[in-house]
Amino acid sequence: MKRSFKGLFYTPYILWLAMFVIAPVALIIYYSFFDIHHQFTFSNYRVFFESGTYLTMTANSVLYAFLITVISILISYPMALVISKLKHRDLWILLVILPTWINLLLKAYAFIGLLSHDGLVNNLFGFFGIPAQQMLFTDTSFILVAAYIQIPFMILPIYNSMTDISDSYIRASSDLGASKWQTLTKIIIPMTMPGIKSGIQIVFIPSLSLFMLSRLIGGNKIITLGTAVEEHFLTTMNWGMGSTIGVVLIISMVVVMLFTNTKRKGRRS
Amino acid sequence: MKKFVIIIITILILCMGLSYGSNELTKSTGDSGNKVLNLYNWGDYIDPSLLTKFQKETGYHVNVETFDSNEAMYTKIKQGGTSYDLTVPSDYMVQKMKADHMLIPLDKSKLTGMNNYGSSFMNKSFDPDNRYSIPYFWGTLGIIYNDKDVKPGSLEHWNQLWQSKYRDGIMLIDSARDIMGFSLISLGKSVNTTKTANLIAARNKLNRLSPNVKAVVADEIKMYMAEGEAPVAVDWSGEASEMMSQNSHLHYVVPTEGSNMWFDNLVIPKTAKHFKAIYAFLNFMNQPENAAQNAKYIGYSTPNNKALKLLPKSVRDDKQFYPPQDVLDRLQVYSNLSPQKVQQYNDLYLEFKMHK
Repeated sequence: MKRSFKGLFYTPYILWLAMFVIAPVALIIYYSFFDIHHQFTFSNYRVFFESGTYLTMTANSVLYAFLITVISILISYPMALVISKLKHRDLWILLVILPTWINLLLKAYAFIGLLSHDGLVNNLFGFFGIPAQQMLFTDTSFILVAAYIQIPFMILPIYNSMTDISDSYIRASSDLGASKWQTLTKIIIPMTMPGIKSGIQIVFIPSLSLFMLSRLIGGNKIITLGTAVEEHFLTTMNWGMGSTIGVVLIISMVVVMLFTNTKRKGRRS
Repeated sequence: MKKFVIIIITILILCMGLSYGSNELTKSTGDSGNKVLNLYNWGDYIDPSLLTKFQKETGYHVNVETFDSNEAMYTKIKQGGTSYDLTVPSDYMVQKMKADHMLIPLDKSKLTGMNNYGSSFMNKSFDPDNRYSIPYFWGTLGIIYNDKDVKPGSLEHWNQLWQSKYRDGIMLIDSARDIMGFSLISLGKSVNTTKTANLIAARNKLNRLSPNVKAVVADEIKMYMAEGEAPVAVDWSGEASEMMSQNSHLHYVVPTEGSNMWFDNLVIPKTAKHFKAIYAFLNFMNQPENAAQNAKYIGYSTPNNKALKLLPKSVRDDKQFYPPQDVLDRLQVYSNLSPQKVQQYNDLYLEFKMHK
């Protein structure tokens, strides 16, 4: 009786997993083995790994995703640290999360308004006598806007792991004569490592294929794998090649997961 | 939690009620049983008042569904499960759908007003003798410039885009065929070339354009140009007319050495069912006053010469959108390429976009 009841609870979860996780991934892998004539082939993978274009694109994607991730850590970590010490920290963290309630596309268009030639930022520069700068369609603006969009997803896990640290550890370290810097590097950072790692997992992968942003803010001068996937599915209708790039993205996700795998060492269970 | 659920339910009921109400309102009068026509069209690509007029005259109610790319339309019709009576593919897509046996030939005996169309717009390579298609709107690919930065009349040829004074000043529409196309024309080649050597030469020439290219964007190009973000853009005439209605400093030129000429065409897909309504609608749209009204609303160039005569003189004589015959003769229509060649065009175009 009890056992079958338990099975009943598992069913929705298993169904969900099968329909929305396993089936799509299986389909992507299946499609990646077919060329435009619907013939079974490995040529998509050969093309991918032999073509300078796709490899440069992969390198570009990884480089930009890396920079976006690093910048969002650099901004998020001190921010999370400060917020976790504040009095009304729940309110402050809510304010940081707030922008995620706004659609990505709207945020991108807002940035166009800010960064464009006659936009707010250039007007402000003009006020201080700085000549108008070209800001849209540059690498810097692309990375900064992408980092801005990813920051909430980086802050949250770091903040949560910080609030998990019991105050007694901090007090103990200062009692034992550690400087504030030593407390930070020896106690806080190691203890928030799981938070940083899950932040990286959440930020790095989507950053590999930000095709909307690379077009709107980057003006397609930055080509990432997402751009290629979009093109293969919508323009050339070469679903096989598009899926192959999808598989490469999935594999890189697995790699990132493995590298940032947090071994819990049975602390919690 | 209870409050939250109540709020969500209220919002849902409100939305459902409103959408039901608006559906009832737009469904309008009359029975919609068999007296319907299912039109699968580009978004906002027909004057809605024409649809009401059509219903008043013939009693057929037109259901409009929209798509945003030829490929999306093709995939949806190919997959089946739809019952579209008419759709509006572009030139090369007519050819592709024809080759894939997705179109029903037009019954010319049921059509009236076919001689309203200009001879330059009929019997094109993508559909000889117009067996399957009637041109709906046509246009060109050209250069848009802002007269604040570019002297009017100083930019009339594709090759001038490569001049160093346009450094970081050109926006391109994100379309492999069109961008490769103007590079091919500037080299004196056909836009339908399948010779790899020509295509590589076109890409190499585009790579040299890279320093001048500010961005390669899609629909946003209209907004950027209207706001004066860049002095020069390469885009289609239809988009150009929309930009120009927002910013009077913008001008459009079709380079005299040639360019692409595109057509959107009414065709009957294999999924069609309501043939009486289809021919009633085609004949209705052939009528000069209806075509003219539609052209006024959309702002694109009409292939219906009798309708053109009904348009204001300022439109008729606008060389930007109705170029003279000698330019018309040099325009090239895209033909459908094999999937391999489409891939090659796109791969080379991607390489150009990645070129720094």
